[in-house]
Amino acid sequence: MSNVFEIAGDVSLFGYRAITSLFRRPLEGEEIGRQLAEVGSKSLPLIIPAGFALGAVLTLHTRSALVTFGATAWIPTVQAFAFFLEIGPLVTALLVAGRVGSGIGAVLSNMRATEQIDAIESLSVDSFKFLVVPRIVACTVALPILTLFLDFSGLLGGFLSEYAASRLSFHLYISQSFASFEWSNFYPPTLKTAVFGFAIGTISSFLGYTTNQGAQGVGRAATRSVVISSLLIIVLDVLLIKLIFFIFPESAL
Amino acid sequence: MTDGRTTAVAFHNVSKSFGAKQVLRDVSFDVRAGEALCILGRSGTGKSVTLKLIISLLKPDQGEIWIEQDEITCLKAPELSRVRRKMGFLFQYAALFDSLTLYENLALPLHRLTDKSPEEIDFVIDRVLGQIGLAGDKRKMPSELSGGMRKRAGLARAVVLEPRILLADEPSSGLDRITASEIDALLLEQKAQHNAALIVVTHDVRGARRVGDRIAVLDRGTLIAYGTAEEIDQSENEIARELIRSDGNGD
Repeated sequence: MSNVFEIAGDVSLFGYRAITSLFRRPLEGEEIGRQLAEVGSKSLPLIIPAGFALGAVLTLHTRSALVTFGATAWIPTVQAFAFFLEIGPLVTALLVAGRVGSGIGAVLSNMRATEQIDAIESLSVDSFKFLVVPRIVACTVALPILTLFLDFSGLLGGFLSEYAASRLSFHLYISQSFASFEWSNFYPPTLKTAVFGFAIGTISSFLGYTTNQGAQGVGRAATRSVVISSLLIIVLDVLLIKLIFFIFPESAL
Repeated sequence: MTDGRTTAVAFHNVSKSFGAKQVLRDVSFDVRAGEALCILGRSGTGKSVTLKLIISLLKPDQGEIWIEQDEITCLKAPELSRVRRKMGFLFQYAALFDSLTLYENLALPLHRLTDKSPEEIDFVIDRVLGQIGLAGDKRKMPSELSGGMRKRAGLARAVVLEPRILLADEPSSGLDRITASEIDALLLEQKAQHNAALIVVTHDVRGARRVGDRIAVLDRGTLIAYGTAEEIDQSENEIARELIRSDGNGD
């Protein structure tokens, strides 16, 4: 148990070091851009189909339940709330933890095992600033954007599913989706995804950057990055919802 | 200071342990500008650790390490960065950044640590790659290079900033004798061009005799012999004598 607290402390210090290093020169804009492209654009082929399929399936389930009460007109609203408040942030974070978290863990641990990190240090370059900070920033920035892609592809999947069943027009579907939506419903979940991104970036970077088990550590770092990031995302989700309801009481409908 | 040449690297009574295992015990030596020291010894005797202590990738438990006028064991990051700029490091497996081309591997330190224009950086990289014999390969990824080419590329990156101290970790390991000799020749060429201090860790006794002005022999973390190859040939220490008289390269 003390080991868990020790690792939690180390990860927290690692994240804190990333935040304080972020504003020190050089700002690593080029490397941040490269990592943003890596995390963002390369995750889209996973995020968009996943959102689309989830949207279609969720509408099918919601329809069969709401038909009983004659409340099918609420399908777009339910869909939008479900995606923007919970499904979008959570599913995107879990998918990114799987795709990007494992990649970061594997790349950094491989660089450690093959002395590439030592080589960066030997060239008078701060390896933490050069390798870790851009990855954490990229995850933090990319996750809210990826979440929006998943949300809207989910709405599109939901619309097509609903259109097949009721021939509901796209315009009506969208206006119904956002009829009860306010900005206060929107930005807390978006902020939540940035926290998820920071957690994924920090944990997977920590596990990759601090490994000292040679080639064997590469696979281990990749696997542990996914497992620990996914678990933490779910735990953070519960805590952040409580926090959001406390800070934004109007969100607790 | 001796014979008019400045001391580039000085190890004073350095010890280093990893947990319960002591890898260096009270080791002392110095290397002057323009001089080549080869550190010989069997596997696990602390040779590579010595190099990593010199470039401060590791900290000693005891002792002092001087790089020219700086005692580096207590230096903070910015001062350490300044001192490291005096050094180039050829890693055992070259440690090229595998997501960057050969050109980008060499451009990284030039771009970050100098105020050279892109044209000047191009010129320097072309010159260094030409000297090393990789002029036509600058757009290649490290995965496209052979073992010998990777070593050359690692050496090119180590010397691109024209360091005053050049460290090489097992430059001949995994290479055939001819390629190993070529790498040794390149190391000597770099040493001569910039009057650099050269410290080479190796198993290869032939290479050590060829490159080293002096040879240090480590055994289980202790410096058991230190001097020219001829002096070590006559050493009272049996292990050192046996090692320097062995012919094969120990890979």
